Amino acid sequence: MSDRGIRARHSYREATARRRLAGLLDEGSFRELLGPEHRVTSPHLAALDLPAAFDDGVVVGAGLLLGEPVLAASQEGSFMGGGVGEVHGAKLVGLLERAARERPRGVLLLLDTGGVRLQEANAGLVAVSEVMRAVLAARAARVPVVALVGGGFGCFGGMGIAARLCDAVAMSEEGRLGITGPDVLETTKGVEELDASDRALVWRTYGGKHRYLLGEADRLLEDDLEAFRTAAAELLRVSARPLDLEELEREHRQLGRRLAEFGGAADASEVWRAAGVERPEALPLLEAPEFLRAVAGARRGGR
Amino acid sequence: MERLSFDLACPGAPAPRAPPVVVGVVASGNLEVLVEPGAAPGTCRVEVATSARGFREIWSAVLDDFAGRHALSGLAVSVNDAGATPAVVSLRLDQAVEEYLGGAR
Repeated sequence: MSDRGIRARHSYREATARRRLAGLLDEGSFRELLGPEHRVTSPHLAALDLPAAFDDGVVVGAGLLLGEPVLAASQEGSFMGGGVGEVHGAKLVGLLERAARERPRGVLLLLDTGGVRLQEANAGLVAVSEVMRAVLAARAARVPVVALVGGGFGCFGGMGIAARLCDAVAMSEEGRLGITGPDVLETTKGVEELDASDRALVWRTYGGKHRYLLGEADRLLEDDLEAFRTAAAELLRVSARPLDLEELEREHRQLGRRLAEFGGAADASEVWRAAGVERPEALPLLEAPEFLRAVAGARRGGR
Repeated sequence: MERLSFDLACPGAPAPRAPPVVVGVVASGNLEVLVEPGAAPGTCRVEVATSARGFREIWSAVLDDFAGRHALSGLAVSVNDAGATPAVVSLRLDQAVEEYLGGAR
């Protein structure tokens, strides 16, 4: 027991999609849209004789965050790996379109997903591309969209792209963000490229700390619902990322610099060393506050 | 996939009406349970969609025990199951009804 006092910590990673929303928003404020009692389930899973979920693995609705109205979606990673099927994707798109129309204070996307739900093939691919477009449409209507990544399934595939289309991303160390996930990478490129069973390597490569250091995640949080709640509210207050050509060109220049600076690195720890972190081998072991101090001068981009 | 339905005989006063409640997730070895008002008084209608075929008798036994523990008259229970064990099913059913009745207060 530490002498700093004991505060109840509720793991974000271990919570279900519904529990995450309940913990993130003001108590009792969440009102679900198209809730499970409406039984809007996947026609594709039924055709394949696979079990459906009454909410198709995503909870969408409206609530309050520190008294301000927000729309929020929360993916259930443990249902089909959080895969985006046709209905699941349509719920996300509908929520984002509603945001563009109603202009709440912001939209929170609690992402926990491997990407497209493979069982739904092209319908899932189309759904993910529609989500991307809807994120940009909400931002174009000046509604900030914030992605939160801290679930056990990470945020991969097209939804990894969708996360980075948002105004801001908050992650825990346990969260992972990428496009091609470790298992797919190993299968297609070989174990020499990436050993997906090496958990430390996987987290060094995709984990929240690396994403924060590269500036892809704007906040690095402890695995704590309250920390996500505070960060979400704060990121909605930070001015939105501009959505114009100038910003796009700035990002491209930054990516060019990153490639020049780190392109030769074979492992994330080499990137950290090249970025100027003093003891890069110690980073994975640090708690979030110590980590933030250790990388304060080494971070590239981000807010 | 197998779809099963049961009409449990539930004597006693109808359960109070409350907003629908869902608990659990459809993940391997787990299930989700949706409880809502719906069935005629004196019965509880249970619809089960399960990935494990051939367990009707076990579902029937688990649900009879469930009906013995709670006053379910007039409720409708829907289950999406991904191969949960009977013990897990019982716990989820109890959790769902307790949350539903909590919402009625």
